[in-house]
Amino acid sequence: MEREGYPAPGFRLPTPGYPMQTLEPILVEHPFFKGLEPRYLQLIVGCASNVRFDSGQFIFREGEEANQFYLLRQGKVALEVFSPERGAITLQTLGEGEVLGWSWLFPPYRWHFDARVLEPLRAIAFDGECLRTKCEEDHDLGYELVKRVAHIVIQRLQATRLQLLDIYGLHS
Amino acid sequence: MAFILERSMPTTNLPDPMLPDLYRVQRVRQETHDTFTLELEPMSSEQQVAAKGVSFVAGQFNMLYIFGVGEVPISISGNPTPRKVGVSPPRFVHTTRAVGTVTKAMGKLKRGDVLGVRGPFGSHWPMEETVGKDIVMVAGGIGLAPLRPALYQFLSQRENYKRIILLYGTRSPADILYRRELEQWRARFDLEVQVTVDQARGAWHGNVGVVTTLIPRISFDPLRTIALICGPEIMMRFTILELQKHGVGKENIFISMERNMKCAIGFCGHCQFGPTFICKDGPVFRYDRIQEWFGKREI
Repeated sequence: MEREGYPAPGFRLPTPGYPMQTLEPILVEHPFFKGLEPRYLQLIVGCASNVRFDSGQFIFREGEEANQFYLLRQGKVALEVFSPERGAITLQTLGEGEVLGWSWLFPPYRWHFDARVLEPLRAIAFDGECLRTKCEEDHDLGYELVKRVAHIVIQRLQATRLQLLDIYGLHS
Repeated sequence: MAFILERSMPTTNLPDPMLPDLYRVQRVRQETHDTFTLELEPMSSEQQVAAKGVSFVAGQFNMLYIFGVGEVPISISGNPTPRKVGVSPPRFVHTTRAVGTVTKAMGKLKRGDVLGVRGPFGSHWPMEETVGKDIVMVAGGIGLAPLRPALYQFLSQRENYKRIILLYGTRSPADILYRRELEQWRARFDLEVQVTVDQARGAWHGNVGVVTTLIPRISFDPLRTIALICGPEIMMRFTILELQKHGVGKENIFISMERNMKCAIGFCGHCQFGPTFICKDGPVFRYDRIQEWFGKREI
C-alpha cells in the first residue's frame, strides 16, 4: 500500500491562513457517506487517508487483523477465498463508489476473505480502531455508521443468496 | 374488477399460424457447452417468403418443430433489420440451450437439416418508445438472446438514442454467450457493456456478483430511461427492484416472460398468466401492466 499525501521532497507547508485541503470534500461525494451530517464527517476525516494499490497486490488476507475499511474511488478489487483443491475463487468484485471491508466494526476484527487488486486501485482508507474509538465516544455517530455498514452487509448477503440459487443454471 | 390490457402489439399475420414452414439449417454455432445458435433459411422461394410477409420485430419468438420429436418456442436472436431483397434470403437466427427432448434433438442438427417453423409470434420490445431515451438492457443467462435483436436495432440507428447500456450476468465465464460480439460491443465508445458472472476462478479478471450489482455502477437518467429485462424471473424481480430504487418508473420497465407455450396463438391456454397469455399478449410486457401477477407463485 502506498499512502498518498505524505510530504514529498521539496514539499512546502501551506502558508499560515491558507486552508489545508482535507479529504472531507471527497467523503461528502462518496455514496457511503451520502447525507451524513457535516459534524460527523469532520469527526471521522481524521481517521482517513488516501491510498493506492497496484494490480495483483493483496489489500488484506483472510485471518489477518481487520483494522481498516476502504471507500473505493477508482479501480477494481476481488474478494476471494482460497481452496486447496480449486485455488482462488472469486466471490465478488467491487469497484468505484463501493465499500471494501466491514470486519473492522464487529469482533473479532478479522478479515474473512482475501482482497486482491484486479485493476489499479485508489481509495480512502479508514483506520478502524480510530473509528471505533470515535463511535464509542459518540454513540449517535456509531449508530449512523453501524446502519450504513449493516446496509452493505445486507446487500452482500442478498447478493450471495442469489448467487447460491444458481439462477442461470439448467434448473432455473 | 376488469383487467384491461393494451393489445397494440402485433401477434401474427400469417395465413395459417398452425402450419409450419420448412426451413433448412444454414449454420450451426456452438456458443457454450450447452448452448447453440441455429441460422435458418426458408426452403420456399424468396418471393413466396416475401409474399407471406415473414419478418419479425425484436422480442418475438418462433415455434421450432423437429419432426417426430416435438415443437418448442424459441426467441429470435438475429438482426431484425431486413436484408436487401434479391441479395440474400431472409433468415431466422435462434439461440437455445439443450435442456429438454426437443432442444437436445435440435442441438444435433447439422447444416442442411430441415425443421418446421411457425411464427413469428408475440409482442415485441417497445422500439418506438425508446427514441431519444437512455436505454438500459439487463440480461441474465440465455436471456441475452431475445435482447440481441433490440440491440442490433439500437446500434443501427445509434443517433436516435442517448446512452445505451447492456448489463449481462451469467453463471460463469464459460457460460458467456456471444463472446466475440460482446468484445466488439465493449470496444465501442457509444455503447456501455458490463458483464458479471456468479462464480469465477482466479483467471477471470472481470466482475463477479449478481447482475443487479452493476446497476449502481452505471450512469443514466432514470426519468428518461427505458429498461428492457430478460432472464430468469427471480433475476428480473431483483432487477426491477434495483431499477426502481434508482428512480426508473414501472411504466418504463419492460420484461420478457417465459412459460410453457404450445400453440403460440392463445388457444391452448398452456401459457396463461393471470388474464393474459404469454404467447399472444407477451412475451414482452410493460411491467406496470402485469405487476399484479408478476412474482405470484400461484400464477
